[in-house]
Amino acid sequence: MRALLSHRLVPVVAMAAIVVLLPLLFSSAYYYRVAALVFVFALASIGLNLLMGFAGQVSLGHAGFMGIGAYAVAIGPTHLGVASWLSFVIGAALSALVAFVVGRPILRLKGHYLAVATLGFGLLLAIVFTNEARFTGGPDGMAVPRLVLFGSSVWGAQSWYWIIAASFLVGAVLALNLIESPTGRALRAIHDSEVAARVLGVDVAKAKLAVFVVSAIYASVAGSYLALLNGHVTPDVSGFLRSIELVAMVVLGGMGSIAGSLVGAALLVVLPQTLTFLHDYEHIALGLIVMAVMVFLRAGIVPTLARALDLRRA
Amino acid sequence: MPAYAKTVAAAIALWIAGATGQASAQVKVGAVLSITGPASFLGDPEKKTLEIYVDDINAKGGVNGQKLQLVAYDDGADANAARTFATRLVEEDKVVAMVGGTTTGATLAMIPLFEEAQIPFISLAGAIQIIEPVRKWVFKTPHTDKMACEKIFADLKQRNLTTVALISGTDAFGKSMRDQCVAVAPKAGITVAHEEAYGPRDSDMTPQLTNIKAKTGVQAVINPGFGQGPAIVTRNYRQLGITLPFYQSHGVASKQFIDLAGPAADGVRLPAAALLVAEKLPDSDPQKPVVVAYTRTYQQKTGQPISTFGGHAYDGLMIFVEAAKRAGSFDKAKVRDEIEKTKNFIGTGGVVNMSPTDHLGLDLSAFRMLEIKGGDWTLVQ
Repeated sequence: MRALLSHRLVPVVAMAAIVVLLPLLFSSAYYYRVAALVFVFALASIGLNLLMGFAGQVSLGHAGFMGIGAYAVAIGPTHLGVASWLSFVIGAALSALVAFVVGRPILRLKGHYLAVATLGFGLLLAIVFTNEARFTGGPDGMAVPRLVLFGSSVWGAQSWYWIIAASFLVGAVLALNLIESPTGRALRAIHDSEVAARVLGVDVAKAKLAVFVVSAIYASVAGSYLALLNGHVTPDVSGFLRSIELVAMVVLGGMGSIAGSLVGAALLVVLPQTLTFLHDYEHIALGLIVMAVMVFLRAGIVPTLARALDLRRA
Repeated sequence: MPAYAKTVAAAIALWIAGATGQASAQVKVGAVLSITGPASFLGDPEKKTLEIYVDDINAKGGVNGQKLQLVAYDDGADANAARTFATRLVEEDKVVAMVGGTTTGATLAMIPLFEEAQIPFISLAGAIQIIEPVRKWVFKTPHTDKMACEKIFADLKQRNLTTVALISGTDAFGKSMRDQCVAVAPKAGITVAHEEAYGPRDSDMTPQLTNIKAKTGVQAVINPGFGQGPAIVTRNYRQLGITLPFYQSHGVASKQFIDLAGPAADGVRLPAAALLVAEKLPDSDPQKPVVVAYTRTYQQKTGQPISTFGGHAYDGLMIFVEAAKRAGSFDKAKVRDEIEKTKNFIGTGGVVNMSPTDHLGLDLSAFRMLEIKGGDWTLVQ
């Protein structure tokens, strides 16, 4: 029983159960939309968590990759006549390519320098999306054509909920597999000590670059889904605040915990919706809750709670 | 079949109970506004205005015998959040109409929802794309950038000037207005001889203005822009000793601009809504009573200076209320039809005459040409 509970796919089964059972509580499309948003941001957080929680590299520009994905599904069908699903794939490939090219020099930096470099990268992309008005519609953004799959267009929060939630589960399984692979072990070694990892024969630069590219693809896919779900995209999808939001989701949920990414995303997407009754004090309440989590659940929500459960069992 | 009849009777009874139950409830009016974030200087006065006037309307007995309830959400100028809150207004709050959408981006993101749900949506954002092409359920109250360009061009014509240079900000507002000005210039018989641009955070525009100064044939300069950029341009303009007539946009129509630009602002002309010069309007002006009343109410309730943005929210709410009164109910389709039939509605933004092809309903008379003299606005006759 114990062995069964500690199996690495337990969180996936639990999350799958959540995905299937959650709609029983939904009374309108509004709930489907909020839940779909949770899974969109959870997907992006998983990618960032691989980078931050496992490889120990920070990125303050990850929303930039969300922007690439989001604008891919907007610009592809509108200006270039490329089908939505293909633009989706091209967006992910483009993000991977950009991450590969940018990652090489950037990932040589450490600590604050890396943070600042990634921050600059995210800002640059946001500026491009704002200024290339001919293609992106400028600061007001542009409409995103509906996704057409097998001859019928996908519409409505409900259909998107199932598509995005399923993609999230796939993303979670892939991430868990990656962590258990030799690459994943190499990443954790880098997280603990780069020097030690190098001594043990880990190709540090290559491993870091690989995880950066993977996390960019996660963000790009999430960005594409966000754009398709909204039907409209504005440059704030890749803004600085969005990047910070992603980092906050990872840290609140728990660094190095895939289930934590979901919890962190859920917290930051659902809280602003539930706190609206506080009107002008909404932001204060949100700040207090986030601070409380950071103070009392220092390792993040999921890891701290998991440890507490373990202690009780032992 | 008595059992069958009984069921039908019960169903009818329930339906009537439900209908009357609804009738006595408050009628919800939705608003998604950028109350915080980079557009809060627009969203904050909009929210305060809506709150003040919904209370005011309720104190006077409501509309069609029912009280209004304002359901306002803050999107923080994020189009994604705006869309979520709009979904909430439609699905959960079941609003009868929406007065809001502070930024163009947020408005464009929300439009498909209201079109789909068939709920009247009166936007408070500037860009012309909101009402062009005309969408059945979407209206807006603020003037468009295009009208500001046309107003400036009309004033230029009166002064027999035809060749202009543009120096525009690259922010959303400056860019949109620059595009509109370039687009309508040929129709107005104006030639744009030269163009310069500056970034929203630039602190010196002397090089761009030197280029303009060196350009022969330019008779006037127009500065589409927003925030502090135009104030710096104005200062540099005087420092370089350029004497050509200088036009600013309605984007700087606030006291703050005069404070920032100082004495350099003297002689600058700009198109602006009547609201800014409420007390200075001649008594014969049909807008005078409305703008004076709004100015007094707003300043008294909030203790803050007036802005045209809150005025747009006032216009939106009142257009909806008048339409609902004429419709005699809150039936969404009927209210929509009545909004479209709005005629001679005197708001803070101008006299509104809507039609099936015009969901804004303002003409050039909505703008007044102002000139800054001695640190204050004066009307150009």
